[in-house]
Amino acid sequence: MEYSIGGLRDMFLGNVRRLDEIIGYAKISGDVAEIDASGLVHKEINDLMRHCALQGVKKIVLRGVCGQRYIGTRLHFPNPGAKLKIEIEIYGYPGNDLGAFLDGHRIVVHGNAQDGVGNTMDSGEIIIHGRAGDVVAMSMRGGRILIRDDVGYRTAIHMKEYKEKVPVLVVGGTAQDFFGEYMAGGRVVLLGLNLDDKPHRARYIGTGMHGGIMYIRGRVEPWQLGKEVGIVDMEAEDWKFIEKHVGDFCEIFGIKKDEVLGGSFLKLKPVTKRPYGKVYAY
Amino acid sequence: MFSHLLPEFIVERRDDRCIRCRVCERQCSFEVHRYDEELDRMFSDEKKCVGCQRCAVLCPTDALIVRPHPGEYRRNANWTGERIQDLKKQAETGGVVLTGSGNDKPYRIYWDHIVLNASQVTNPSIDPLREPMELRTFLGRKPDALELRFNGGDYEGVEIATELHPNVMIETPIVFSAMSYGALSYQAFKALAMAASEYGTLFNTGEGGLPRELRKYGKNAIVQCASGRFGVDPEYLNCAAVIEIKIGQGAKPGIGGHLPGEKVTLPISVTRMIPEGTDALSPAPQHDIYSIEDLSMLIYALKEATNYEKPVSVKIAAVHNVAAIASGMVRAGADIIAIDGLRGGTGAAPKIIRDNVGIPIELALAAVDRRLREEGIRNKCSILVAGGFRCSADIVKAIALGADAVYIGTPALVAMGCTLCQKCYTGKCNWGICTQDPYLSRRLNPEIGAKRLVNLLRAWSLEIKEMLGGMGINAIESLRGNRDHLRGVGLEDWELEVLGIKGAGE
Repeated sequence: MEYSIGGLRDMFLGNVRRLDEIIGYAKISGDVAEIDASGLVHKEINDLMRHCALQGVKKIVLRGVCGQRYIGTRLHFPNPGAKLKIEIEIYGYPGNDLGAFLDGHRIVVHGNAQDGVGNTMDSGEIIIHGRAGDVVAMSMRGGRILIRDDVGYRTAIHMKEYKEKVPVLVVGGTAQDFFGEYMAGGRVVLLGLNLDDKPHRARYIGTGMHGGIMYIRGRVEPWQLGKEVGIVDMEAEDWKFIEKHVGDFCEIFGIKKDEVLGGSFLKLKPVTKRPYGKVYAY
Repeated sequence: MFSHLLPEFIVERRDDRCIRCRVCERQCSFEVHRYDEELDRMFSDEKKCVGCQRCAVLCPTDALIVRPHPGEYRRNANWTGERIQDLKKQAETGGVVLTGSGNDKPYRIYWDHIVLNASQVTNPSIDPLREPMELRTFLGRKPDALELRFNGGDYEGVEIATELHPNVMIETPIVFSAMSYGALSYQAFKALAMAASEYGTLFNTGEGGLPRELRKYGKNAIVQCASGRFGVDPEYLNCAAVIEIKIGQGAKPGIGGHLPGEKVTLPISVTRMIPEGTDALSPAPQHDIYSIEDLSMLIYALKEATNYEKPVSVKIAAVHNVAAIASGMVRAGADIIAIDGLRGGTGAAPKIIRDNVGIPIELALAAVDRRLREEGIRNKCSILVAGGFRCSADIVKAIALGADAVYIGTPALVAMGCTLCQKCYTGKCNWGICTQDPYLSRRLNPEIGAKRLVNLLRAWSLEIKEMLGGMGINAIESLRGNRDHLRGVGLEDWELEVLGIKGAGE
């Protein structure tokens, strides 16, 4: 249907086809569906994915993805019998907000991702065999994201945690400025595997951070840190955590675990849970 | 406590009436009243008094009078007592002066300079007591045109062929403003939810999440997705009637929010999904929105997350160029645009921001409505306005200026007991509204609060019907944007021009 706003084509809903017009793009065999995403706009992809999920599909393979947004976002089903957990495999380059508000599914990307990966993600897992853009894991509240290469600016901004829901982000490469800004919870690991002993370049790391923990492997100078974080000693608990998640990371991406764990790790924690407690007269 | 400040209020205790029952002492969370057993006398520490009048109205013998303190500095139109005292507080602490509630400065209140029309001779007025009068309002995007399909020769089988966007029906064009659980007590929050549900309108969760047991009121909830993203999970989004992206707030345009750690008690932490005792910081911007295109991205992310079943609202503070911003918001895909004016309230804001930033809602509304009409996109969104509505006439005037419905915050709080003492940020609200202290919040019974809110909605709706009837209009739809029914009194030409109304007598 043709949608326009004041004469301009609606860039989201313009020329979106009905489900019955695009149903041929999905091939369901057993509990696996394969969708040819080339030529589909984002709403059509999610329409098809939702359709497949309602048909009882457990795994969806998307091929030819190129810039379509919100993949996996529309797979929340109010009042489900049992919570659906779908495995989504993506070949190509998904667009912004990949897995935003993700509700328990697993997304594997064979390619790079763009901005907003796992935006306000609730649960599930996102694995990226490549790099990702800005604001990865923004306001993420649960689940795990593993990214093989680099990430952009403001990664893990305002990540949260609550009780058993502790989100985890592991980045294999390095990050740009404002890494872990405003972080309120969760665990972020930055491995710097592609730095060859050069220091990380990010500035304002953990500025405004008031919860959660960051682990950084490699060299970071104190001036690169926000004034709200401090460096503390690694404890047994921390090594256990690193062992598990970095272990999984290495296994998934085929990296030698011992070499990675042999590096030096910094543990960053907020200096206070209340960074801005003293700005008011009363 | 600050040194060398004059008290703001004087507490006069008429000793011949005082029976030493100590009600005032128990009721005052600011610890103004104290009983001395030895002397069998009540004492008051006036410096602590905020003038909320709780003690005065609960005193069984009416022995108490609380009024502005007569002690003054030398009169000075430039240096008012308030300015002197605020400055002294800052000199003592080096901090930002906080306040609660809405802007109390004497900016022009345009509602008081706009008068309504009534029918005389040339067209009949309508009596709403006997004739049908429609206040029902639909919030959401409307189609450009309606295509009807006639099945057969009669009109039995008529159906709408156009694909419609989701709309939410409310019984009266009055919606409760965003006030979070955390800013409000659980009791006050629940009362709003119950009242909205009973009357068939909406309440707004603010950005503090929606407690699980209150999700049954989701059909009447506008849930906010703000920069802090507190309590935002797929279920929260999907249980609601409307989702609102909060960009700004009239009381504090351009700055974020800050629920201090001491207010993040266990139940608050459960709802916001953050650990107990940590500061709940809402950053000033949404970090995934730096442009209209980014806004569009979040709007559609939320539509995706809710299967395109709910209207998405975007709330901004009324600021300069609001009309151009609103146009961008509509083009970005907002189904509802909510605009909060200069006099909008808050639980806590820096006073300097509350009192100086933003523009009056009357002017913002008129500018936005006109701009969207000129661009031919007014039907693409509903306009919700907030910030400083005090009575049903303000609402009627707002609708005639182009609003679809109105957000009320302060009036709802006043209905539940608030006396506008502006101390919301202290967490010591004696009326049990803006506090997390169970001793204080118990004072507000949610059932009674809800009853009073429903009464308010009913009373204002009746008044709106009376005013509509007087104008010879029988549906609120016919008043929407109908500026012919407004005239300005005592306004300058430029103000009439912005408002798009004629002066009285024309």
